[in-house]
Amino acid sequence: MRIGTAKESYAADESLFDTAVQWRWLLVFFALLLIFPFIATPYWLFMACLVAINVASATGLNILTGYTGLVSLGQAAFMGVGAYTVAWLEINLGTPVLVNLVAGGLMAGAAGMLVGVPSLRVKGLYLAIATIAASVIFHFIFANWTSVTGGVSGLTMPPGTIFGFTLDEPRDLYWLIVPITVLMVIGAANLFRTRIGRAFIAIRDRDISAEVLGIRLLRFKLLSFALSSFYAGVAGGLWAYFFRVVTPESFPLLMSIFFLAAIIVGGMGSILGAILGAAFMTMVPEVLKMVVNWLSPWLPDAVALLSPVRVMVFGALIVGFLLFEPQGLAEMWRRLRRQFHLWPFKT
Amino acid sequence: MDWLFFFEISLAGLGTGGLYALTGLAFVLIYKATRVINLAIGELLMLGAYLFFGFAAGLALPHWMAILLTLLLAAVVGGGVERLFIRPMLGESPISVFMLTIGLGSILIGVVELIWGPNPQRLPEFLPTTPLFLGEAYLSSKIAAAFAAAAVMVVAFVLVFRFWRGGVALRATASDQAAAYSMGINVPQVFSLAWVVACVIAAAAGMLVGAIGGIAPTMGVFGLSVLVVVIVGGLDSVFGALVAGLLIGLLEALAGAYLGGEYKLLATFSLLVVVLMLRPYGLFGTHEIERL
Repeated sequence: MRIGTAKESYAADESLFDTAVQWRWLLVFFALLLIFPFIATPYWLFMACLVAINVASATGLNILTGYTGLVSLGQAAFMGVGAYTVAWLEINLGTPVLVNLVAGGLMAGAAGMLVGVPSLRVKGLYLAIATIAASVIFHFIFANWTSVTGGVSGLTMPPGTIFGFTLDEPRDLYWLIVPITVLMVIGAANLFRTRIGRAFIAIRDRDISAEVLGIRLLRFKLLSFALSSFYAGVAGGLWAYFFRVVTPESFPLLMSIFFLAAIIVGGMGSILGAILGAAFMTMVPEVLKMVVNWLSPWLPDAVALLSPVRVMVFGALIVGFLLFEPQGLAEMWRRLRRQFHLWPFKT
Repeated sequence: MDWLFFFEISLAGLGTGGLYALTGLAFVLIYKATRVINLAIGELLMLGAYLFFGFAAGLALPHWMAILLTLLLAAVVGGGVERLFIRPMLGESPISVFMLTIGLGSILIGVVELIWGPNPQRLPEFLPTTPLFLGEAYLSSKIAAAFAAAAVMVVAFVLVFRFWRGGVALRATASDQAAAYSMGINVPQVFSLAWVVACVIAAAAGMLVGAIGGIAPTMGVFGLSVLVVVIVGGLDSVFGALVAGLLIGLLEALAGAYLGGEYKLLATFSLLVVVLMLRPYGLFGTHEIERL
């Protein structure tokens, strides 16, 4: 049983993990990530890559929405900017993969800053709707700037190569996607130990008070937009390498809603929440598919039911979590941990 | 420039604009009374159209009866949604409630697809189909009839909103909740009332929209244009919703006719961005002053 952790220095208070046990579990987790590609089937590798991409993007959105309090429904559009940049660079210039990804992130970051400009005047839900407008406008650009984006048919790109390895299967891409995602998540976690991250949180809690305390609102709101879109752009670039076809329809408004749902289900304003939420929301449709396959001998038209049930479950998860567990999966996880710590006492 | 063509397009645009105005009214009503941004309005509209389809085509009821039953069921849905989903969220952050309505929209799409299938359908004809001419200009009589129906409903609504006791209670709640409470107005009931009325209006608009363009589970996208309408008009302004509805309908039709169909959404959302930059609270919305 562990009641609490006595902290003797500010450094200890600020550290990401407060006990040695947590570090050990983290090592176990990383070890699992390392051996995963050698034991998993191609299907699970595919899913792992997809989850990792979504985790990266959801973490970005969490910086903006969960920590800075600016709701955005444009995350998919920013992913699109990143994906198109990467695809264009790969096709036309053939620059190295990592350079492309950074360029994709930077382009998306610039786009995010542009969209963030109204955020000083426009607040809350008005801002959410302004970002819907941004995603409509980006979709229009993707579909109609044919000379760069290939119009409606989009861009088809060759597999990327890194250090002489060709990345054309999930088994290879895993080694690109997962490390980058891990890096970005660690970066985000550390961000909130710095002045910038604290400023974001202050803005979320009360922006006028934050301004009174000397935080430049415009600068930090734009920074938050830029960071969040940078994450989206890199995730979009990974997405481009993963699927190798980028079309305007790849990044619909529904995808932005998906990411917002992921951080709500996972827990807003929590790094763990974005990870859990993105993984959960990505896996739910797959689980439903399995259930349907399993039911198909008894239910002849089960496959036809899959799509509406998926849409319904998606909505029901958002509604259910908002009503019954507003802090999301992260809170459930914390409660579980507390239970183990305090056993045999009740929490 | 062909003025006749321009005139015809404008007429059709204003016709659609009437439907935008009507749906925008439902949206504003909910926002005014309960401060909820209801992104599920497009899906509620779709549900209304499908309910009518189910009664009129599925059960082959006479049209007037199908319409009445649809409106009745829409009222039940509205009350139910308010009690089950919105009431427990009282006092939560507006963003949570906003997301909740997105989830609700998703549930509604799923339910409709589950019952009626994902393919587009045609509603049984209940609007006149003989072509209509205003001078030389041709106007689809369906659009004209829909516009007339929408106009009648808007006028009825505005009268009710102005003179009926419930309407007065609604406006009182909108302007100051605590004061309304202390004057003996049953505020929770007003919330329910707002949702019921809004859902009935949305269902009526859905039937009209479906009669013109057919129905599909994806017709909730109509809600996106309505969103533009209410933001441009000002979230809490009935008058704004009416003006902006006509304006957006017109703009969309003109952009679609002169620039091409893919420019429709671009034109309306560009207008939205411009309005948000110049007047963040919409053309006729109340400018709320933020206090610490």
